[in-house]
Amino acid sequence: MSDHNYTPSSKVGKWFNDRLPLLTLANHLTDYPTPKNLNYWWTFGGILTFCLITQIVTGLTLAMHYIAHADMAFESVEHIMRDVNYGWLIRYIHANGASMFFLAVYIHIFRSLFYGSYKSPREIIWIIGIIIYLLMMAAAFMGYVLPWGQMSFWGATVITNLFSAIPLVGEGIVTWLWGGYSVDNPTLTRFFTLHYLIPFLILGLVVLHIWALHVPGNNNPVGIDIKKPSKDTVPFHPYIVIKDGFALLMFMIVFAFFVFYTPNILGHADNYIEADPLVTPAHIVPEWYLLPFYAILRSVPDKLLGVIAMLSAILILAVLPWLDTSKIRSAVFRPLYKQFYWILVADVLILGYVGAMPAEGLYLLIARVATAYYFLHFLVILPILGFKEKTLPMPLSITEPILGGSPNLAVAKNKESLDK
Amino acid sequence: MIGVSSNTSAAEKLEYLKTDWSFKGIFGKFDRGALQRGYQVYTEVCSSCHSMKYLSYRNLAEKGGPEFSEAQAKAIAASFEVTDGPNSDGEMFTRPGKLSDKFVMPYENVKAAQAANGGAYPPDMSVLVKARGGGVDYIYSLLQGYDEPPVGVTLDEGVYYNKYMYGNKIKMSNPLSDGIVEYSDGTISSVEQMSKDVTTFLMWAAEPHLETRHKMGFKAIIYLIILTILVYFSMKKIWSRVETEV
Amino acid sequence: MAEKKTKRRDFLFTATYAVGAVGVGAVVWPMIDQMNPDASVKALASTEVDVSTVNPGNTITVLWRGKPVFIRRRTQEEIVEAKSVKMDELKHPEKDEDRAKNPEWLVMLGVCTHLGCVPLDQKGDYNGWFCPCHGSHYDISGRIRKGPAPTNMEVPKYEFVNANTIKIG
Repeated sequence: MSDHNYTPSSKVGKWFNDRLPLLTLANHLTDYPTPKNLNYWWTFGGILTFCLITQIVTGLTLAMHYIAHADMAFESVEHIMRDVNYGWLIRYIHANGASMFFLAVYIHIFRSLFYGSYKSPREIIWIIGIIIYLLMMAAAFMGYVLPWGQMSFWGATVITNLFSAIPLVGEGIVTWLWGGYSVDNPTLTRFFTLHYLIPFLILGLVVLHIWALHVPGNNNPVGIDIKKPSKDTVPFHPYIVIKDGFALLMFMIVFAFFVFYTPNILGHADNYIEADPLVTPAHIVPEWYLLPFYAILRSVPDKLLGVIAMLSAILILAVLPWLDTSKIRSAVFRPLYKQFYWILVADVLILGYVGAMPAEGLYLLIARVATAYYFLHFLVILPILGFKEKTLPMPLSITEPILGGSPNLAVAKNKESLDK
Repeated sequence: MIGVSSNTSAAEKLEYLKTDWSFKGIFGKFDRGALQRGYQVYTEVCSSCHSMKYLSYRNLAEKGGPEFSEAQAKAIAASFEVTDGPNSDGEMFTRPGKLSDKFVMPYENVKAAQAANGGAYPPDMSVLVKARGGGVDYIYSLLQGYDEPPVGVTLDEGVYYNKYMYGNKIKMSNPLSDGIVEYSDGTISSVEQMSKDVTTFLMWAAEPHLETRHKMGFKAIIYLIILTILVYFSMKKIWSRVETEV
Repeated sequence: MAEKKTKRRDFLFTATYAVGAVGVGAVVWPMIDQMNPDASVKALASTEVDVSTVNPGNTITVLWRGKPVFIRRRTQEEIVEAKSVKMDELKHPEKDEDRAKNPEWLVMLGVCTHLGCVPLDQKGDYNGWFCPCHGSHYDISGRIRKGPAPTNMEVPKYEFVNANTIKIG
């Protein structure tokens, strides 16, 4: 942003801008040169911003009616659903909004994995993104506890008990987290506090995420560095704004369908039973977006190692920019990586599926194989691939995508990805 | 996605009985007659053990529900004794119910309910339909699922056999029998009819704004489609200034 | 030809903006309306009070919609006093018979019309009520006589269900 010279045309604007350069910032955001070949997978950044704002706004309004007390939480949620004006709508948007948020973030992450957006010089953007993702999981987990249904209570019990795996201090930490000898009212009130806080931390990190993005600029489907601004770029407004808007509307149609026609399909029936510390539901399952990690946790027979495996599965992503040794960003020019990429996608989907199934028999075996492969992909395949893989010729720019004049696979592939 | 798993580990998996629910689908609405009859079944049969603590008598007259007239709902409310107080002497007293009162509970608390029912708590019915994996189909089937236990299955005192119950053992005796309720609208009260009516009533109780939700959803999605089309053409126009396709 | 094209494009953009604005409005409304009284609050709009134990010269205070309602059983002298006040002495002229349908019973919201405090009973220069917050004096009909309050204390909608029961709201 430092390279930006902008002077407001009006006197008042100039006076204000000299003291607080908000207009410079606004001008930077509208003029921000964006690669013009970005495909629709790139619209999920905007969609995620929408999701965050939706969650914050609906969450604030719900907090005006919700009562964070073990005796009243369930009832206050029913009060919201029945009596508060549009309460049912706001709550269903918030509950399904969490799922839509994760759907979007997974697409966003896998887009980054496919096009190598995490590589130099964008490592910081990526790491901030992983922190946001971790905070999202924490916020979602604590939010799920608030209605104080059976799944809330037992989910909270199971997840907080993960900390008891820590040697020596584990038990103490769990008691500290609970504020008692079990999940109870003190746990609920602190979870509510944190659930309220975390979205604002996420918001702050999103600002940093975008700031860090605006330093090198967007990656693009071809994955090459581009000059900006140039004939390879378009100004963010109106080109990207309208395109993001179009994609967002499509996303909202899906969102609306969930909210209005199947609002409870992504939740669990047991959460409409008020929390009962004496009875555990027959099948404890987390929300769908946490299932792959839940599968990893259960696939390890040792308590401490299971927790370590689950955490490593997320944290390993933070060091991905250094595990992937290839200099080529886009999978379009990496035929082998592309295949491993799709295997990883399948692997994560399988983990999600077995995470929802009982941890026994064949499911357990599949979970173990899939867990092993997950780590194999990041720790072994990616580092080796960078040295062994024969990549396809790279174009010089996104408008003149041919190097050396021979029409080859790269061009065809490139064209294909651009057309998407 | 995960909600349906509650019956998977039952030894023999039985398909739930199906019926045509008027409230399913994009334009789904409740059948008022079924809701009113269902309320009658609930009051005359279920409510002796099952509470419905999140509903108020005023709900019975609200739009999208059984839509009793205000006078009818008031009369219904007044037919119940509600504990109120304390009065100026510091004592609790009873008075006839008002529209703003919550449904009167059959037992003071969970412990009292358990004590009166052989240790099993008859669950509150306010959100029961949403609290069961199979939803309305499950409740509808369960009410018609009572049967003689198969050979080899022994039942303890106070335990009954039900085809659709998880584990097949249920502590609620068969609540319905043909003609147990006399419908004021002349509908024949077969077990099947009553099951359907009371399940419809329970669906409304759990989702009182279902009709509004369906109507609003339709409008919202139509609106979004129109705006999406407009934005699409605007986008095409704007991007026509550069040669890249969108 | 070129002009026509621009016009159509302008129309397209205008339509898009307009339709989009409608949607924003439709989304904002539920977020605002959720702060309005909810269905359970609205349902509590009326309350019934047994006044059989109130003796002449006494006031009881009951809660209605979260606010105090004064119910005073006035003595004969008080009724005479309330009726004798001339309209031109009043800041907010209202006849006592318009405020108390049954002169023996004065039913009014016990909320000072200045800034909402609860006035004290049998205090002030006019034998009625006195608001301790900013010194408003009300007479035995609840009418403002002195001090910053602009209007008389409000009389809610009420009716006698029978001789001993008042229904407020």
